[in-house]
Amino acid sequence: MYDIVIIGAGITGTMLARDLSRYRLHVALIDKENDIADGATMANSAIVHVGYDPEDDTLKALLNVEGARMYEKICEDLGCHRKVTGAYVAACGEVEEKHLDILADRAERRGITYEWLSGDEARKEEENLSEQVTKVLSFPTTAVIYPWEVAIACAEVAVTNGVEIYLNTCCERITKEEDHFVIHTNNGDYETRYVINASGVGAEKVYRMVCDTPEFKITPRRGEYFVLDHQVHYVNHIIFPVPSAEKGKGVLAVPTVFGNTLLGPNSDYVDDPEDTGTSFEGLDYVRANLTKTMKNVPYRYVIRNFAGLRPSSSCPDFIIEEAKTVPGFINAASIESPGLASAPAVSQYIIQNILKKHLELTEKENVCLTREKPLAMADLTPEEKAEAIRKNPLYGKIICRCEQISEGEILDCIHRPCGAHTVKGVKKRVRPGMGRCQGGFCEPRVLNILARELNISPTEVVLDAKNAKILESENR
Amino acid sequence: MKKYQAVIIGGGSAGLSAAVTLKNQGIENILVIEKDGEPGGILQQCIHNGFGLQTFKEQLSGPSYAERYIEQAEDLHVDILCNTMVIKLNPDKTIEYVNAEEGYVTILADAVILAVGCYERSRGAVEIPGERPAGIYTAGQAQRYLNIDGYMVGKKVFILGSGDIGLIMARRMTLEGAKVYGVAELMPYSNGLPRNIKQCLEDFDIPLYLSHTVTKIFGHDRLERIEVSQVDEHLKPVPGSQMYFDVDTLLLSVGLIPENHLADEAGILMNPRTKGPIVDDNYMTSVPGIFACGNGLHVHDLVDFVSMEAARSAAGAVRYLNNTLKEDHKYEVFAGDGVNYVVPGLVSASCDHNVEFFFRVRQNFEQAEIVMKSGDKVLRKLKKRKLMPSVMEQMVLTTKMIQELEGDITITVTEVSDGK
Repeated sequence: MYDIVIIGAGITGTMLARDLSRYRLHVALIDKENDIADGATMANSAIVHVGYDPEDDTLKALLNVEGARMYEKICEDLGCHRKVTGAYVAACGEVEEKHLDILADRAERRGITYEWLSGDEARKEEENLSEQVTKVLSFPTTAVIYPWEVAIACAEVAVTNGVEIYLNTCCERITKEEDHFVIHTNNGDYETRYVINASGVGAEKVYRMVCDTPEFKITPRRGEYFVLDHQVHYVNHIIFPVPSAEKGKGVLAVPTVFGNTLLGPNSDYVDDPEDTGTSFEGLDYVRANLTKTMKNVPYRYVIRNFAGLRPSSSCPDFIIEEAKTVPGFINAASIESPGLASAPAVSQYIIQNILKKHLELTEKENVCLTREKPLAMADLTPEEKAEAIRKNPLYGKIICRCEQISEGEILDCIHRPCGAHTVKGVKKRVRPGMGRCQGGFCEPRVLNILARELNISPTEVVLDAKNAKILESENR
Repeated sequence: MKKYQAVIIGGGSAGLSAAVTLKNQGIENILVIEKDGEPGGILQQCIHNGFGLQTFKEQLSGPSYAERYIEQAEDLHVDILCNTMVIKLNPDKTIEYVNAEEGYVTILADAVILAVGCYERSRGAVEIPGERPAGIYTAGQAQRYLNIDGYMVGKKVFILGSGDIGLIMARRMTLEGAKVYGVAELMPYSNGLPRNIKQCLEDFDIPLYLSHTVTKIFGHDRLERIEVSQVDEHLKPVPGSQMYFDVDTLLLSVGLIPENHLADEAGILMNPRTKGPIVDDNYMTSVPGIFACGNGLHVHDLVDFVSMEAARSAAGAVRYLNNTLKEDHKYEVFAGDGVNYVVPGLVSASCDHNVEFFFRVRQNFEQAEIVMKSGDKVLRKLKKRKLMPSVMEQMVLTTKMIQELEGDITITVTEVSDGK
């Protein structure tokens, strides 16, 4: 019997798993996918919003501001990348400028640092800002992270402290017994006293397993993006248009942690919760709407397009509460933007405001909530690189030529707790295939390393999902 | 810091030829840096025949062609440093490289020859909407899996793009038991060599859909289906023209791009058409002492031309090392009407050797007139039948013409057929 089973290994679920791992509790984290962070956490704008956007008196506002402030320490503790780029919200004309006043007022009251810039002042910092931009509200503390890196690091810490993680485990049915739940999955039954529903796009579906009349409805909302190679340096800050009620935060230009640029997203409701395909229409929308705030977009440097699904909800606020009719079943649902920025605070909110009422939270001895930063050659000086290679020559064997990732780094990420066992898992953790050739060069090499290290045939190595075979058959 | 007279970055067809030329011309202290475990580059996975007709007057496989140069390099005691990646090339011609044995090393070269090759354009760069399942490969990637690693990537195959590697793979996979349903080409003409269209598609009854492209990908885990649409003259999909193919494999042969990031970071000026460095008649880039050749300079159709170009580039480096290059005015060479690009892009007024221009046309020509001008003066004019973008054309600028240059040089190609 588990004390707690968390359904969903995205940023919310993994953050909670890490925080719970310090207590004397029997915790499991289950996810239907083949890796940590394969849903909304994998495909989004990767921004730690500072919290000026949510309406007053909402959980969103409270947890966003709090969560954003926690990230600096979390990334330090977990050895994760984080870059403070600052954000510009760019207004075009008087009507939009008025809207900036509302954001500035919220920022003022919430203690968020902001600055005003004229259009021309902003263009001095951002040469590709469109001429139509008349005024900019700048939030210099806004940061970007690698969301899945943080989620994976949290999962790693959780596992090290005794949390059990089960992937490819899809919740099919939940039965409520007198004092516990049974979660029936394709991978066996899990008995638990408490269930945390952190299943993102699937949150309504999971909730319906215990409640016929859910108070929220989740509709997947697709966002499509372009990725530019880091050979072109397009923006310094995250550039937002003025947000609107219908279109959310709009089409952005985002500098990533490793120097790429994200352009997007659009916002498109879809029926299929698995539909992460891109479309001509969606990508055209991004191109058309980006011209409002940006110019000289170097589309010739596009190396990829992708789409992610956000769990858009009928309820405008986060729903983080014990289900009214199902004691012991706790929803962490309706978590769309700013879910990433809020996640650390969401986790604390669940523990302090909900779980503490039911469970005795006593700290374990010898827990370690931090993770040593995995060695990343790209982050090192030439002297440090030389030293690293002296200690382990495989750090000198480059496998990904675009991003200059070594075999040593790939082996490290395979053999860590919650290690990579798929080609995309390696890509998520140490980035081979993220560059201009998109794995054309390194994928066969990564595949062979995975087969060797996992002691499986190359034909058994998958791209991401467990049936996503890359090789069909041997040909000798 | 170790010093070399010349360092060649890349040990493929261009780098090996450059090394052999340097040694033959008396440059002894040289180093070839190769990222893979053995020299030869992409030739090692090109096990089909057809290499070397120009250079060796016989048909060789890729590995055999490479072996000819590797043997010459061995006989000349060329130092080849394998499993070594160049991390950075600096304008002062220091080179930072990394490998398992030596770690992170900086060396200095009097001359550098970039022979870095190219990479294949990926799905993301050509914007094919839809899902992102397994089963989509660049043609060269599938070729590596099959010819080096010994695995078939799939059994029901469609190919987007009529580049030569895609055509070669259509034949190769058919011979290995796969069913190739067709090749779609966005342009109204093929991007592969005519001989490959004949030998790899027509001989196997594989349809070539010109003015078509893949407009949607289906499949969550592994590719299940693709949508192929006709495109109009603006290359936009024509509504209602969709065809569907239930395939598990999509190969992309949609273009090769010179691997230019080292040159770019060194501040070398680039040609946006070729996506490689701009070079002069000595194949020297905008940074004195750094030279470029092969597919890292512009993408070639035949390896023989790569080897020859690398030899010319090495000859340029020898002139530089012997201090026989004069600082002089350089005439620009422009791609005029009908021409996509011309290499080299600059000719020195004091150039004392014939300069061979290599260029590609922008579209098919039945009966073309090729004109090379300097200012308003026509230097050369010739008629030629059947010009196509997939075939590299050549034109020579003689030393006599160079002496008489009146201004920048332009090459134009126009259609002169009267419809007969």
